Amino acid sequence: MLRLEKLVKTYKTGDQALKAVDLEIPEGQVLALIGPSGAGKSTLIRCINRLVEPTSGNVYLDGTELTGLSAGALRRERRRMGMIFQEYALVERLTVMENVLSGRLGYVGFWRSFLRRYPQQDVDEAFRLLDRVGLAHMADKRADELSGGQRQRVGICRALIQNPALLLVDEPTASLDPKTSRQIMRLICELCRERGLAAIINIHDVALAQMFVQRVIGLRLGAMVYDGPPEGLTPDKLTEIYGEEDWEATIEKVEEEDDVEAAE
Amino acid sequence: MSGQDAFTPPIGQPWKKPPFVKNAGLRWLLILGFAAYLVAAFMTIEVNWSRVYEGLERGKQFILAFTSPDFTSRSSDIWDGMVESIVMTIASSVVGIAISIPIALGAARNVAPLPIYLICRGIIAISRALQEIIVAILLVAIFGFGPLAGFLTLSFATIGFLSKLLAEDIESMDRVQAEAIKASGARWMQWINYGVQPQVMPRLIGLSIYRLDINFRESAILGLVGAGGIGATLNTAFDRYEYDTAAAILITIIVIVMALEYLSGIIRARVQ
Repeated sequence: MLRLEKLVKTYKTGDQALKAVDLEIPEGQVLALIGPSGAGKSTLIRCINRLVEPTSGNVYLDGTELTGLSAGALRRERRRMGMIFQEYALVERLTVMENVLSGRLGYVGFWRSFLRRYPQQDVDEAFRLLDRVGLAHMADKRADELSGGQRQRVGICRALIQNPALLLVDEPTASLDPKTSRQIMRLICELCRERGLAAIINIHDVALAQMFVQRVIGLRLGAMVYDGPPEGLTPDKLTEIYGEEDWEATIEKVEEEDDVEAAE
Repeated sequence: MSGQDAFTPPIGQPWKKPPFVKNAGLRWLLILGFAAYLVAAFMTIEVNWSRVYEGLERGKQFILAFTSPDFTSRSSDIWDGMVESIVMTIASSVVGIAISIPIALGAARNVAPLPIYLICRGIIAISRALQEIIVAILLVAIFGFGPLAGFLTLSFATIGFLSKLLAEDIESMDRVQAEAIKASGARWMQWINYGVQPQVMPRLIGLSIYRLDINFRESAILGLVGAGGIGATLNTAFDRYEYDTAAAILITIIVIVMALEYLSGIIRARVQ
């Protein structure tokens, strides 16, 4: 469904953020992208929807090649890729509803969006999504009145209302507390399952990634060093990705937490 | 990293902020050069003290006039001048701001491509380089005496002021919020409307009210060169040595500016 071929990104400063990354993601697969800060995780997902222009290589989304598209065609393809951000990236001075509806901007014309006269089905869908994440009563609040977890839920609604085929998720839990982090990750993964979406989730927290995803990619210095199931992340593998550290505690914690999850 | 390991913290030693200019010779040269310039500048000022003594009497009259401002004897002139000034101010602010917004977008490097950026920055530079009085004299020469020249002058000056400050605010906005809108597949105008406009709106409103206030005060000055408004009335009053009427006009201007300041405080508090 999504295929990256020899994707390279070299920044103007000469830093090579991605070194010929090849990756293929089938329909409906949720994938976690782990790796140390500066490994190129954010660059990789931003190269897919071209918020960052890749230096060379190809990106295929359902057979459409993205790196060579014109501005107009790129906009149409961006509609099929929802993005969820670290620090939420809601437009703080707009209301929750406006933020969610902004996910429809790729579908409605300028004057409709300018006058906020969205088609009724978009408004209905926005309310359904907000209700699904438990925030329908907050629709007319301004985004900066919400707590971190609530803001990220709005961010999820904004991505989903695009009716995407793929979710690009950049550190969704980096600024949240552990409990909210789990709720957000569970919500994202549940929604992906309900709607059959593929997702790439950049995530710092290895334990959290292992709890929720079917496949993990390890990135180090712009190159893929691990591709496999979460159970395959042994201390040796983590050392290869992140460098020397005592990993036993991290891995044990996951198993404990899994028991707790099962008990709930 | 190894350099940091070799560094021993100077415990127990006094600390001083490193000087702004590191080279000590250059630093003293700058300080002494500045002092010498200051002395030389003072020596070029020539004061004719006997003239100052004579002038004190006129100054006293002028100030005393404020204790007995005369609003009545020229009330219709003052009223006409005020109305003309206010019309000029509002019209030039509205037109100037409407033109400023697209130019500000063009002059923000994170929104506009390089060629448009250069053109818009050029327009701003021209508008800012030409002082209001000079523009007014030119426009009075072209369009004749009256408020039309003043209106055009103030619109022109508003563009330089507002576009520059708004463009800088756009350049310092939060990039991620705008990026999130772009990622949804929004077209350029939608991106501006949803990703940029909400972020810069408080600043735009604040600047607009501030510019309205400046335009009103400027309209009093522009009258001196024949560009209409209350300034023309004020100029006539001075020419006739009617200091009490002049005082009345100045007091009216001060009251209106203060009212605008108060209004802007209320509006800005509401749009935060």
